[in-house]
Amino acid sequence: MTRRDLTHFRLIKTVLHRRGPQFALTALALGGFVLAIVSGLAGTPVGSRNFGIVAVWIAWWAVLMLVAVPLFGRGWCSICPIPAPGDWLQRGALLQPATRGLGLGRRWPRATRNMWLQNAAFAVLALFSVVILTQPIVTAVVLLALLFLAVGASLIFERRAFCRYLCPVGGFVGLYSQLAPVELRVKDRAVCAADRQKSCYTGNAAGCGCPWLVYPGALEKNTYCGLCLECLRTCPHDNIAVNWRSVGADLLQPRGRRLDEAFKALIMLGSAIVYAAVMLGPWGTLKSAAYNIGSGTWLIYALGFLAFVFVVLPGAFLFTVHAGRKLARSAVPLRRAFVHFAYALIPLGLAAWVAFTLSFVFANLSYVWPVLSDPMGWGWDLVGTAGDSWTPYLTQVVPALQTGVLLGGLLWSGVTVRRIALEGRSQHPVFPLTLPVMAFCLVITLGLLGLLVG
Amino acid sequence: MQTSVIGRIALFGLPALVVLLAPTPSGSAEPSERIIRIEASSFAYKPALIAVAQGDHITIELVATDVVHGLHVDGYDLSVTADPGQTQRLTFVADRQGTFRIRCSVPCGPLHPFMIGKLKVGTNWLLWRAVALALLAAMAGVVGFRQ
Ligand code: SF4
Ligand SMILES: [Cu+2]
Repeated sequence: MTRRDLTHFRLIKTVLHRRGPQFALTALALGGFVLAIVSGLAGTPVGSRNFGIVAVWIAWWAVLMLVAVPLFGRGWCSICPIPAPGDWLQRGALLQPATRGLGLGRRWPRATRNMWLQNAAFAVLALFSVVILTQPIVTAVVLLALLFLAVGASLIFERRAFCRYLCPVGGFVGLYSQLAPVELRVKDRAVCAADRQKSCYTGNAAGCGCPWLVYPGALEKNTYCGLCLECLRTCPHDNIAVNWRSVGADLLQPRGRRLDEAFKALIMLGSAIVYAAVMLGPWGTLKSAAYNIGSGTWLIYALGFLAFVFVVLPGAFLFTVHAGRKLARSAVPLRRAFVHFAYALIPLGLAAWVAFTLSFVFANLSYVWPVLSDPMGWGWDLVGTAGDSWTPYLTQVVPALQTGVLLGGLLWSGVTVRRIALEGRSQHPVFPLTLPVMAFCLVITLGLLGLLVG
Repeated sequence: MQTSVIGRIALFGLPALVVLLAPTPSGSAEPSERIIRIEASSFAYKPALIAVAQGDHITIELVATDVVHGLHVDGYDLSVTADPGQTQRLTFVADRQGTFRIRCSVPCGPLHPFMIGKLKVGTNWLLWRAVALALLAAMAGVVGFRQ
């Protein structure tokens, strides 16, 4: 596997090393974030005319799912505005790498040092998503809540506890960042081992110790590296590399596979299926059920959603893994096989989200132009596009694109299933072991094809 | 081993190419006149699924039952709008095969962006090709490309 260290390029290294460019992008994002909150609270309640809804759920979501995550993994987290104010308070500085700021600096409780809270946070947001996506005020409240949580976490706990353990977006961005063709790693582990100071973790005058509680010297996966680039600044040995690598390299790393992450993969895949059915399907009753929060039908929808993503889909997957073990007479414990094979669902999961997003975004992208000109929906016309009418884009090619993406995801997942099975080659024949799991991936893909292009 | 790689590529690649490049058979039946009445209410179309044959001359009668609704046909990029209680007509020839989303083109309330139906013209060859390719992809996964 070839890796190419992008920091060899002078320009890239300078841009990444300096705080200015990253700060500027964060500040810009924070500006948009604040405007989204303000327009959500004070602007028009008509979602498709409100900057908050259009900027967050169409523009930001499109950039995140179609560009940032597939290409840069956690690139978004590098400039995310949500943790920024808390971060600045915690450090007592905006641009300088100061070390004395506010906050209690507590350690995060050990029992929740995993992805379960993020799994729960995502599921809760998903239950209300049809309302969040369509009501400006609800979007504003959710953004504010995330901001408060992030600031609170920064003041009580050390480093970026919110990002690492709470953020509902951070969980799946981390999961899918394993597929990205970009990674931050150390150049030479021996240099790290010989270094007593470990400034990248403890911090020094040049920057903070890893805000994500990650020791770069041991990094093997992108999942919890927020690409904040502090270690690039603190490492006195210039031992940090930002590599261009082959996509999905982390999936083939057997060490460190965990049940919470396996469930994240299943929850995300399940949610993509539900979203495709509810939001892009032709079933009006399903939409009203998801929208009328608190009603009896919503309760049924909510329970159905939770049952599907936490029980039915994982249960079906468990069953296929079990069947494969039986067919192959494999001695690998069921739980272990379940966890390991779940990582093969990550490409299909991202493909499902990209396919969902393609349809949703291109159909609604033209709402962006009027909203730029009239963010509050108050009848302004700042750049002359307030009157632009709605036109869905690329309607003739989107279904083919979605198909291609889903098939690509299936193929990638299939290759990964096989690679994971080959990791324990001595213990079991690969073909019968993978057959049921592949069938699972195939059925999911056919279901998604039916929902999105059928 | 070299030959086996080539063998595998041929095994999956050739059928995949055939599936991709096979010409689309077009509907052969005599085109007919179809008048389809669609009721639009927040936030669904009734019926939500319409199936017609390729080449049919379609007239959609859009009736908005509560507020103003629109109807935009993806792929054909045609639309029509109806005021409440009013009926508006959209006439076109369904010359392109496939399944196309129809969506509301007038902001009509919170769920407006999700007000979606489907128009199925003839056979959805995209879907069937996709199904065939998915089967091939799954088989390739089980058997493996390399060694
Ligand atoms: S984890 Fe969440 S809050 Fe933190 S940087 Fe990533 S998206 Fe932003
Ligand atoms: Cu409408």
